Amino acid sequence: MVDSQTVLWGQTLIYTLYALTIICVVAWVAYQLTRGHAPPKIPTKLFYGFVAFLVVTGISLHIVTYNTIPWSPQDLHRSEAQPDQVFEISVADHRFELPSNPITIQCDQEVLFDVTSQDLTYGFGLFRADSSMLFQMQVVPGHRNDLLWTFGENGVYTIHSTEYSGPEGIDMNVPNAVRVIGCEGASAETAEGTTP
Amino acid sequence: MSAFTETLMEGNERAFRPETLTPMQKLTLRYVIIGLGYYGFAAIEGMILRIYAIEPIPLIGTKHYFGILTAHPLVGIFGSTYLLALGAFTFVVPLLMKKPLWSFRFAKWTLGLIAVGTFIFWFTDFIAHYAPLYTLYWPLPADFSQFGPLAGSIFISGIALVMVGTALWVINMFMTIAHTPSGAEPQPAGKLLASALGFTGLANLFRKKDARREHFVPLPVAAIARGAVDVALNTSVILFTGVLILVYMVAEMLGTSLKTTAIDALLYKNWFWWGLDLIADGLVLIFVAGTWYLLANLITGKPIFMQNVARAALAVELVVSWTVWSHHLLSDQPQPEVLKIVSGEMVTAFELFTQGLAFFITLATLWSARPLKMTNPLKFLLGGLLGFALAVPAGIMQADVGLNRILHNTQWVVGPHVHVAVLVGLTMTLYSAVYYLLPVLTNGAKLWSQKLATFHFWAHLAGGIGMGAFMGMAGLQGMLRRSIYTNDEFLPYMVLAGICGALLLAALAAFLFNIVMTVGLKGVVGIFRRGKGGVEVLVPATA
Repeated sequence: MVDSQTVLWGQTLIYTLYALTIICVVAWVAYQLTRGHAPPKIPTKLFYGFVAFLVVTGISLHIVTYNTIPWSPQDLHRSEAQPDQVFEISVADHRFELPSNPITIQCDQEVLFDVTSQDLTYGFGLFRADSSMLFQMQVVPGHRNDLLWTFGENGVYTIHSTEYSGPEGIDMNVPNAVRVIGCEGASAETAEGTTP
Repeated sequence: MSAFTETLMEGNERAFRPETLTPMQKLTLRYVIIGLGYYGFAAIEGMILRIYAIEPIPLIGTKHYFGILTAHPLVGIFGSTYLLALGAFTFVVPLLMKKPLWSFRFAKWTLGLIAVGTFIFWFTDFIAHYAPLYTLYWPLPADFSQFGPLAGSIFISGIALVMVGTALWVINMFMTIAHTPSGAEPQPAGKLLASALGFTGLANLFRKKDARREHFVPLPVAAIARGAVDVALNTSVILFTGVLILVYMVAEMLGTSLKTTAIDALLYKNWFWWGLDLIADGLVLIFVAGTWYLLANLITGKPIFMQNVARAALAVELVVSWTVWSHHLLSDQPQPEVLKIVSGEMVTAFELFTQGLAFFITLATLWSARPLKMTNPLKFLLGGLLGFALAVPAGIMQADVGLNRILHNTQWVVGPHVHVAVLVGLTMTLYSAVYYLLPVLTNGAKLWSQKLATFHFWAHLAGGIGMGAFMGMAGLQGMLRRSIYTNDEFLPYMVLAGICGALLLAALAAFLFNIVMTVGLKGVVGIFRRGKGGVEVLVPATA
C-alpha cells in the first residue's frame, strides 16, 4: 500500500520542480523585457493554449490523486465500508479518552476511528516516532468524526490534536497510543513517539 | 547640520514639500504611512513567532504566544493590507474615473476606524491574551474557562470598528463610480455599475465584434468594484459573527452562561469560512489582478492584452469566490462529500484558471511594450507575479481530499501557500504600487537611494520565498501550525526560516529608512497637517 511518506515525497519532488521552473520562467521574462523589440502581436493561440493547460492541470490533479492515493476513495466511500475494527474515542477538557492504551491494530485490517468531542473543536492525528504525520482529521463537537484507515506497516504512533483548541490544548498528546502489528517482513517499531 | 541630518529632516534634495499636497494626496499618504506602520507591527510579531519556533522565549508565556498568533494575521490583513489597498483605491478610482471622490469624509472615517479598531484588538491581545485565533472555531471564542469575556468583547469591538470602516469604503467606491459630480452632465449609473461589475465584459464575449458595447469604466476600476462586492459580503459575515460572540460575552459578564451547543459548530464553520474566504480567495485575488492590470497599463502605456476576457474573468470570479470555501473543510468528516468535491476541489481548482489568466495577461501586456526599463515598480510587479505563481498551485495541491489528509494544519499551508501569497505575491504588488505612486502622491519627491531600493527588492524576494519554502519543508515532515515544539524536532528548518524572516525584516527597515530619507521627518509630520485646497482636487494642476 502507498504510504503517506511516499505521497509526500512525490509532492515534494513535483512542487520543487515546478517552483524552480516558474522562477526560471519569470527570471527569463524579466531579462527579455529589457531587451529586443515588441512583437507585432501576441498570438491568441498561445493564450488559449495556456488557458486549456490550466484547466486540464487543475482537474487532472484530483483525478490522479483519487486513483493513486489509496485513502482518497476509501474516505469518500467510507459510509459503505464494513470496517474490521471500530475504535470509539472521546475528547473533552483537552484530553483524549481511548478504548485502550495502546490501541492494537492488526496489519492490513480496515479500521475506523470514531471520534467525538464533548466541548471544543479539536484535531485527531497519528504521528510516527520521527514526528511525521500519518493522517489527521478535524473533530467537530456535536457531529460524528469518523476516519477509515488501513495500516500496511508495523509501527507505534502518537496521537496528537492537530487543531488549536486554546492555550490549554498544546499538550494534547497520547504517546505510543496506537500499535500496529502482524505485518510480514517487518518488525514492530518500539521507538518512543515524540511530543510536539 | 550635516548633510545626512539635513536629508533626514528635510528629505532628499528638499524635493518633497508637504504644503503643496492636496487633501486627497495627504489622506492617501496617511493611509500608506499607517498601513506601513502596521506592517511593521506584523513583521515584528512574525519575527517573534519565528524565533519562538526555534526556541520558546521565556519572557513570552504560552498565552501571550497565542495572543500574538491571533493578532499577527489580523494586524497584517486589516491594519496593513486593507489600509494600503483601500487607501490606494480611494485615490485611484477617482483618478481613473476622472471625477472626484463621492465622500472625502467617508474616506477619513474609513482610515480612522480601521486604524483605531486595529489598535484596539492588537492592544487587547497584548495585555489580555484573548487568543481564539482568526479562525474563531466555535465554541472556542466563547470558552470562558480559557478567555475572559471582557477582553474578548473589547477585541471583538475592535474588529467591528474595522468592519464598519470597511463598509464605508465600499459605499464610497460604488457611489464614486455611479455618481454624477455637481455641475456635470448626468452619468448613466446603471451602465457604469454593470461595466464595473464585469457584466458588460461578460456579455461582450457573446457579441459579434462590431456589436460589442463600450466599457464605461477602466479595467482596474472594474476589478476594484468586483473586489468591493466580496468586501461587502465578508464585512457582513464578520460583523454578524462578532455580534453572535458578543451576545455570549455580554451574557457571561451579566452572570448568565449561554449554552454553546445552541450553535452548530459545523454550520458555524461553514458560515465563517464562507465569509473569510471572500477575503483569501475572493477580494485579495481580484484586487491583486486589478492592481497588476493597472500597473502593467501605467508602466507600458499600452492597453491590457485580451481585455474582454480579463473583464469576463472578473465576473466569473464572482461565482468562484462565493463557492470556494469548502476546501477549508476537507478534513471535516461530517462535511457533505458533495461540498468537498464540488466546492473544495473543483471550484478551488478553477482559481488556477482565473489567477493564471491574470498572470498571463499581465505578462503579455508587459511583453507587448518591450524593451522596458527595469524600474522599481516593474521589478516589484514581477516579484508579485512570481509570488502568486508559486503560492496558488501550492494551495490547489492542499485543496485535494487525499493530500489534505496529510497537509491540513501543517506548516505547508502557512508557508508555501499563505506566506508566499501574502508576503511575496500581495506585498510585492503593493510595494510596486507604492514605488509607482510615490512621485505622483508627493508631487515629485526623489527616492533617496536606489541601492537601498534594490536591496529591499532582493532581500524581500529571497526572504519571502525562502521562509515559505523552509516552513513548507517542515510541514511536509509533519510540523503543525499553531503548535509549540520544545524538543528541536524541526530545528534546522526553523533556523533557516528564521534567517529568511530576518531578511524580510531587514528589507522592511531598508525600505522605511529610504522613504524617510526621501520625504524627511518634517515631511512625514507635514503629511498629518491639514491640507489646503478643495477635496475634489486629486493632484495640483502644476504637478
